[in-house]
Amino acid sequence: MSAYVLSIIASGGVWAILTLSLNLVTGYAGQVSLGQAAFLAIGAYAAAMLSTRTGFGFVPAVLAAMAITAVASATLGLLALRVKDDFLVFATIGVNFIVVAILQYTDTFGGAQGIVAIPAAAIGPATLQIGAYAGLVVALALLAAFASRWIERSWLGHGFAAVRQDELAARAMGVPAARLKVVAFALAGLLAGLAGALYAYFLGNVFPQNFAFFISIQVMAMLVLGGLGTVPGAIVGASVLTALPEILRPLADYRYTIFGLVLVITVSFLPGGIMGHGGLLNRALGRLRPRRAAA
Amino acid sequence: MQDALTALVLGSTYVLLAVGLSMIYGILRIIHVAHAGVYTIGAYVGYLAWDRTGSVWLALIGGMVAGALSGWLLYALMYRRLLEAPRYVPLIASIGAFIVIEDLLAKPWLMGSDRLAMQADPGLPTVRVLGATASPDALYVLVVTAALLLGLAVLFRRSDIGLQWRATASDRELAGASGVNVERAIASTFAVGSALAGAAGVTVAVYTESVFAFMGEVPSYKAFVIVVLGGLGAVLGPVVAAFVLAFAETMLIAQAGFVLPRDAIAFLILVIVLIVRPQGLFGTARA
Repeated sequence: MSAYVLSIIASGGVWAILTLSLNLVTGYAGQVSLGQAAFLAIGAYAAAMLSTRTGFGFVPAVLAAMAITAVASATLGLLALRVKDDFLVFATIGVNFIVVAILQYTDTFGGAQGIVAIPAAAIGPATLQIGAYAGLVVALALLAAFASRWIERSWLGHGFAAVRQDELAARAMGVPAARLKVVAFALAGLLAGLAGALYAYFLGNVFPQNFAFFISIQVMAMLVLGGLGTVPGAIVGASVLTALPEILRPLADYRYTIFGLVLVITVSFLPGGIMGHGGLLNRALGRLRPRRAAA
Repeated sequence: MQDALTALVLGSTYVLLAVGLSMIYGILRIIHVAHAGVYTIGAYVGYLAWDRTGSVWLALIGGMVAGALSGWLLYALMYRRLLEAPRYVPLIASIGAFIVIEDLLAKPWLMGSDRLAMQADPGLPTVRVLGATASPDALYVLVVTAALLLGLAVLFRRSDIGLQWRATASDRELAGASGVNVERAIASTFAVGSALAGAAGVTVAVYTESVFAFMGEVPSYKAFVIVVLGGLGAVLGPVVAAFVLAFAETMLIAQAGFVLPRDAIAFLILVIVLIVRPQGLFGTARA
């Protein structure tokens, strides 16, 4: 495979991890966040600064970035205990703009020049070339997918579902809604931090504008297009919207128009997304599956 | 004093956009991001009208008609079929529509991607009050905003359609059962709210003496800051919030030399206010 294809695969993996992160808070726990790019930024900047300024290696930098981002995201989770529904949507948009502004206007974070010359990812003595790096990112994306599925089926996932469907009823039944929300944000932060760190090493340089509000929209679009609340949906949505601009290269002048139209048309006709419940592909697959007895 | 006047003009440009947005949120509970696209369309049609006639008043009418029409089209073609869907569905559709509008307007066969100069002369005098000077452009913004807000207040409080808007906003089903033509109330809310967005676009175009395809980008999110601060769906709230925000931004930048840019200040204020009052400055807590 050419380096071009491999780099698209690597970035597709990064977006899949970030989409899975959004799926944890929004798809499972029902807390709509339109600021996920802020946490991608925190993960990316943490990894970039640790590797360029303190000499952290690739693995420790990624792990540290995940921890830092989880703490930052859990802090937003605390805000979500007070601020709800549409107010939360705007608070998260606000967090995105504030984080980008802080990165852009403070010298500690490199300002508009960003943080450059991040060393290539290396595990032990072996420096990872683009092929190996793409493989690593895809493997980590799959790991994140399985972890998400595991959470979805565990008591934690059921708790998230209870909070999503009716927070008041969940609390009345003794579900610790507040704690679960913070946990959902923390777990989402772990994944966003992973995505951010991998993104930073992939790009080699990070700039505030890599994490603009449009990125948050794009991630939400990936999740909704694929199927909110489903792991296959997050993966498919991220893959489709990563590949789409490349496939549309001949129509480059109109790629934003097409992107916008894809959003409008998909959600209008497939509100559950491609892989969501009642989605096209799911219905087609459902016919092949043996039917279970009605519960 | 000059800062206060600047803030007043800035607040006026915010208010027209935010009030329409708040009306639409109030009646449908949708996050209508494409409102800023309507604003840019209004500004562009206003620019075309001014370019042909030289009149800023015809520009205003053109911008408002174009705004009303495009807002109504967005409702009729897109939102109407999404009302029963989960809340994030119209939000994503709206973002998609905004991206389409902005991208198409930036094409060379429409506005292009550069600024179009609009050196319009409103034909108004320069006014000096309390040591502040209002240029003809600033006066135009203030006059248009005051007139439209007054007209809207009368429409809301004194007319049948205003009553129907308020009824539909407070309970759509009950309003329908009481004989309100809900469909017409929603469509007309969209038309009037979007006409105000068109007017906002034209006043900003006259004041900044230019229009460009991406002029809606910052206002689209800032208008939401105002609507949220105003308590989501209220009508008086956003009016107050728009001026509070404009004064806060102007004073922080002029007096304190705040390091972050104007747009980040708006969101910083939003987040802080929401921490203290999760229902917005003027909102009442809802169950």
